[in-house]
Amino acid sequence: MSRSTPKSDNPFYDASLNARHFRAKAFKLFTLSSIVFAISFLLFFLGDMVYKGLPDFQQAYIKIDVSYSEKSLASIRQAVDKKYRRVVSRSWLRGIPRQVEANPELMNTTQTRWVLLNHQVDQYLKGHYYKVKAKNIKLIDAMQKEGKVELQFNEIFFTHGDSKIPENSGFKSAIIGSILTLLVMMVVAFPLGVMTAVYLEEFAPDNRWTQLIEININNLAAIPSILFGLLGLAVFITLFGMPRSSPLVGGLTLALMTLPVIIVSARAALRSVPDNIRQAGYGLGLTKIQVVQDHVLPLAFPGIMTGSIIGLAHAMGETAPLIIIGMIAFIPDTPTSIFEAATVMPAQLFTWAGMPERAYVERTAAGIMVLISVLITMNTFAIYLRKKFEVKW
Amino acid sequence: MKSFELKQRNHGLKEQLIHLCLISAAAISVLTTFGVLFSILFEAIEFFQMRSFWYFITGTEWSPGVDNSKFGALPIFAGTFMITFIAMAVALPIGLGSAIFLSEYASPFWRDKLKPLLEILAGIPTVVYGFFAAITVAPGIVNFFASLGIQASFNSALASGIVMGIMIIPVISSLSDDVIRAVPDSLRKASLGLGMTEGETIFNIVLPSALPGIISASILGLSKALGETMIVVMAAGLRPNMTWNPLEDMTTVTVRIVDALVGDNEFNSPDTLSAFALGLVLFAVTLVLNVISLSLIRKFKEKYKVNTL
Repeated sequence: MSRSTPKSDNPFYDASLNARHFRAKAFKLFTLSSIVFAISFLLFFLGDMVYKGLPDFQQAYIKIDVSYSEKSLASIRQAVDKKYRRVVSRSWLRGIPRQVEANPELMNTTQTRWVLLNHQVDQYLKGHYYKVKAKNIKLIDAMQKEGKVELQFNEIFFTHGDSKIPENSGFKSAIIGSILTLLVMMVVAFPLGVMTAVYLEEFAPDNRWTQLIEININNLAAIPSILFGLLGLAVFITLFGMPRSSPLVGGLTLALMTLPVIIVSARAALRSVPDNIRQAGYGLGLTKIQVVQDHVLPLAFPGIMTGSIIGLAHAMGETAPLIIIGMIAFIPDTPTSIFEAATVMPAQLFTWAGMPERAYVERTAAGIMVLISVLITMNTFAIYLRKKFEVKW
Repeated sequence: MKSFELKQRNHGLKEQLIHLCLISAAAISVLTTFGVLFSILFEAIEFFQMRSFWYFITGTEWSPGVDNSKFGALPIFAGTFMITFIAMAVALPIGLGSAIFLSEYASPFWRDKLKPLLEILAGIPTVVYGFFAAITVAPGIVNFFASLGIQASFNSALASGIVMGIMIIPVISSLSDDVIRAVPDSLRKASLGLGMTEGETIFNIVLPSALPGIISASILGLSKALGETMIVVMAAGLRPNMTWNPLEDMTTVTVRIVDALVGDNEFNSPDTLSAFALGLVLFAVTLVLNVISLSLIRKFKEKYKVNTL
């Protein structure tokens, strides 16, 4: 029907039609704007973190003379000229005896070095809030014009542990702590989860008992993570007397939390293996366990791996239960065993976020960039694995 | 011949052993739930032997760490519900709207692009959200209301509520999206054939059909908000505060749990054990919500005979 037909002549004309179409459009617009909001929040958020964190990958250094002498070893502040004492980093000066120990020929010489500046000067050079005296600002400005003050790659962030001196604090001990904790977690949760899934999917009779297990696993997946911290504190630490703050307790706690994720994904992977594979195995005289071990499990393996990596990524970002079991201790040294006190990446971020100095805000954002990059890489890898090994039966 | 039989018998033994291993693995995963329950329950009972249960539920003063310490958790519950309410007010419309757009309007091309982006939101660690709430959102809110002449706290319930809501968006949108897509297409076609607009079809036909699933997703989001810890620890206050004003600082159950356990208190003091009493309440509430959510989604699955959820 052409548009020129007068409305009165059209027996199908519905006066409310325009309003109805308008409402339909408004509804569509509402749904569109909600997803646009969610995505733009994500972009704003990631942008904000990069904006705050990116400057931290560089740190300010100054090129000055450092004298290595008995006097400066006795009182490290003497190692640099008086006018620089308020701008260079205390932590760098404290490293002077170690430098001499490593290279004894440095003794009684004066070397021109790139010396780390303290965090206040660093923040001034990056244009943030700072507390530096006007006299020192003049000095720094003058040196900068001569090219003797510059921002260099922040190595300390990747080679040091936590420190109370902002410019000396790094992410390394937290990274190692995370690795140890997640190692414990995977060693416990992966075999346990896969075995439970195999039992439930391949062997268990369908009775009340297995239904109870199923309901349990589903509920376990939705328990707030902080309650696992209470469990870890009450059972592993207070009851079993395991060392507080250690990757051992942290890993066990996270293992219990991740178990349902691994079980659910492993069951889905096992279920997707078609039954005729099993039947063919039985037809050739294999026992049930042989069929599962040699045929079903290898076929389901990529799916199981995908689920486990997602569970691992989830555990890597978890903080609340680890705070409860004390993994927010101040850890300057890199832990070497699972029984030592350690901290993990998100817990380190939490600690830094609570520090008063402005430089820690930058450190935290930089740590967040590292953590999120690792997480996104892991998830991408999981998706890649799923796509690559996905079999259409 | 004999060696073959021996091999067979050994084989049977090995099979039984493996079977036993598998059963015990499954048993451990069940024991974990009971482990969580009992470890919290016993400590909570110990707490209620020292302090009255009735005052814990109805008292309005929470003052640990002093000589005459009082443990009335009502202001803590009030703060928890206020922040959760704000979070749901943000997450419900946006999460549901996103789910409807993805499942009903978006072309497959955009769907494939947008859905993984939303899932990134779900993968961001909560400590990162907490940092964002404390460093960016909270000062933003203070500045915004200051320009209107209203004073807001830097630890306002609004800041942590909004960020928590954003965290829950993918929880709600992901499950709702699956549920809405599981509604049979024949229902949509019948409705469109009768002359309903696309919007009316979705609003009157698709959404009511998917309602149990949508409610289930929302309850799951709610339970996640109640148990969320890092955002509130970093961005909400410590002070138990009963107020209707979302611009004031309020505290939550999870904040008080962390606060009670991070200090150097003795393990058996009421200060420390109060964390377990709060944990028990949290456990009970989230368990009930999860059971309701799971049973609703099971009903939906039975009604439309879908196995993909």
